[in-house]
Amino acid sequence: MRRHSRSGMGRALNLFGPFIGLLLVIALFALIPGVQGRFLRAANFKSVATQSVIVALGALGMTLVIIAGGIDLSAASNIALASVITAYVVNAGAAPITALLLGVLTGGLVGLVNGGLVTRLRLVPFIVTMGMMGIARGAAKWIAGNQKIDAPMTWVNELMAKSPRPSWLLLAPGVWIVILFAVAMAVLLKYTVFGRHIFAVGSNEATARLCGIRTNRVKILVYAVSGLFCGLSGVMEFSRLTVGDPTVAVGLELDIIAAVVIGGGSLSGGEGSILGTMVGVLIMSFLRNGCTMMGWPNYIQEIIIGAIIIIAVALDHLRHRTA
Amino acid sequence: MINAAAAPPVLRMAGISKSFGATKALDDVSFELGRGEVHALIGENGAGKSTMMKVLSGAITPDAGRMEIDGRPYAPSGPGDGLRCGVSMIYQELTLAPHLTVEENIMLGREVHAAGWLDRETMKRKVREVLELVRHPEISPTVPVGRLSVGAKQVVEIARALLNKSRILVMDEPTSSLTQEDSACLFEIIRGLKDQDVSVIYISHFLEEVQRVADSYTVLRDGRSVGSGAMEGTALEDIIQLMVGQKFTQLFPKVEHAVGEPVLSLEHLKGTRMAAPVTLSLSKGEILGVAGLIGSGRTEMLRTLFGLDGAEDGMAIVSGVEVAGRRPWTRIRRGLGLLSEDRHGEGLAASLSVADNVTLSDLAPYRSHGLLSPARQRRAVAGLIGKLKIKAKGPGQKVGDLSGGNQQKVALARLLHQKASVLLLDEPTRGIDVVSKSQIYEWIGNLASEGKAILFVSSYLPELLGICDRITVFHRGALVESRPTSEWDAAGLMAAATVGRAPREKPIEQRNAE
Repeated sequence: MRRHSRSGMGRALNLFGPFIGLLLVIALFALIPGVQGRFLRAANFKSVATQSVIVALGALGMTLVIIAGGIDLSAASNIALASVITAYVVNAGAAPITALLLGVLTGGLVGLVNGGLVTRLRLVPFIVTMGMMGIARGAAKWIAGNQKIDAPMTWVNELMAKSPRPSWLLLAPGVWIVILFAVAMAVLLKYTVFGRHIFAVGSNEATARLCGIRTNRVKILVYAVSGLFCGLSGVMEFSRLTVGDPTVAVGLELDIIAAVVIGGGSLSGGEGSILGTMVGVLIMSFLRNGCTMMGWPNYIQEIIIGAIIIIAVALDHLRHRTA
Repeated sequence: MINAAAAPPVLRMAGISKSFGATKALDDVSFELGRGEVHALIGENGAGKSTMMKVLSGAITPDAGRMEIDGRPYAPSGPGDGLRCGVSMIYQELTLAPHLTVEENIMLGREVHAAGWLDRETMKRKVREVLELVRHPEISPTVPVGRLSVGAKQVVEIARALLNKSRILVMDEPTSSLTQEDSACLFEIIRGLKDQDVSVIYISHFLEEVQRVADSYTVLRDGRSVGSGAMEGTALEDIIQLMVGQKFTQLFPKVEHAVGEPVLSLEHLKGTRMAAPVTLSLSKGEILGVAGLIGSGRTEMLRTLFGLDGAEDGMAIVSGVEVAGRRPWTRIRRGLGLLSEDRHGEGLAASLSVADNVTLSDLAPYRSHGLLSPARQRRAVAGLIGKLKIKAKGPGQKVGDLSGGNQQKVALARLLHQKASVLLLDEPTRGIDVVSKSQIYEWIGNLASEGKAILFVSSYLPELLGICDRITVFHRGALVESRPTSEWDAAGLMAAATVGRAPREKPIEQRNAE
């Protein structure tokens, strides 16, 4: 007895919603005569891709957390902490690969603690990760002695190089890493039991428990994975800046969450997709890039991105009512 | 009984039709409601009852037909109009805000205020008055609704409708989540409403209850009114006949099954939320009914057994192996399957597909090298959809879009899919239509004949008496009595459930079918 035309529209919104947004943003800047030429150049797309890496990695993990009905506010602090750890280890003279792994593992450890607290103490994720946001940021500043850590140049710094070597890579290695992990996570969500369990926990935790799913384990793993991605994102941050800066990425967790939400993730859990999230990341990056080219001041960018988030969530709401 | 027929009708609906696309939801339906009359609206899910009530409330506009209230034309353009004309709805899903108090809920949207300042005294008085009216003055207006029992919540809903000076009250499945006691209270309230000339349209799947409370009935089938009349002197079989159309053979189909060796035994099992330890045993091919009032500890026992609640004493043995710990997955591995009483909150994930819901508890068969195959998953579930006669567009349809009866079948399909050998069914037929019920009884019989053991918790005595081999009764958390079904009758079960002891002798053969 439902109206089919509306549910059809809902489905179309569901599938193409995020893409429509992305195409609109690209079309908008491509049509403005002043920036058209520079905006549409391949080099510009490359640099947008590279600028997206840090948020994208964080958003991959955040997508899992949000689908599972949680939230990770500590993501940005965790990124800063991992970048400081990486710089610290490189500076101490260890092999770059050791530094990279330690950076990633630090992120994973923070995520694991988040998950442990959420499940063992049965606290709301918002509170736990908000606390962790402060703890991780503080720890980063402490380890860095409240200043930037300089580190010698190594191959780690080439991960975010805009003109990669060898040149046949076309995109920075960091971009390829994002693509690789995005595919992996999309497969994980769609085609693995763990992925299915993540959706079940987010959709109805009581049902999941009744079905014998170890809901606590799923949640802990989800936060740990999110932490690992933050760690990797932190390594990329270090690679980009060539220093370990404990004050970097302040407020970035909101960009990460926004990307997931623009991409169709529901903050009440049970919904979201990697493809959507990646499109969400690109929408925000293209907006920033286009605004900068227009020479618009920072506050205009902030207003536009804020509006985009609200529009995206409104679309999400519409989808819920029609689908 | 008041002579309702003599008074002019308070509501007249004539020739109402409504289509959604190609589906005719209502086809030339006429309906009359007398002053102070309780009129039962009966029909399977999808027969058009809720569409008709939406037309009445003004939530949807009919394609054809007209309505009159007290002889004056009534054409509501929205639910607000319905309310203003004295039509109130009480929905199956309670619509109260759990964090707000009783008073705040009852006055919600109709707060008495002066320039925005709440007049708490007046509101408190009004709420007291209306609670008095529904004969529940003991409910405190200052308690958050979330802390009330389901029955008390229902009372609050009714009070809210009455405060609206409603003259027509629509109750949609009001007793589906009430205990027998609360239901009796509700009937008492309905009788009180009649005395005040309030008319009630009563929608329910519980036909016995309809027979008790209603003065007249109308049966809808496939959007048409197929029969109506006075309740007195009408046999239930005739009403069922009207509902289903074709020849309705038996509500409780008999499936031959033999009881085998014991497979489950509880020995002084005491869970953290159970009031007393429980000892019972269940055999292969046996259907053991568990009667008792809501809150008597039946659900808590199932949850402890299934590892959803912790156990503090005693043990549970399944096929000779002890199961322990708060680990539901270990129970599933040992062949236990639990059907939750709370379909919406716990039993099903409404936003997931039928296929996902059915296979959620056992995804292993669809996994190779760590990857799931959704295609194989859907194929497997398509078979079960056919076998259980689930009305769905396919395995990919969202469970939330299905009717109650079909949702319940999906929940049962999950137990079949996970190949449970001991099925713990908690109120499996609550709030679903009579045809689905009958189908569910039949599978339960079939499962028993396949040698599965079934623990069947229900508050609906006729079904326990209809399909169980043995019935055990809970009273205040403890198991008071267990006897073969042939030695029970409804009165004895009720006595055991309400006072904790059953009459020793079975009364004279009066346990006949309705």
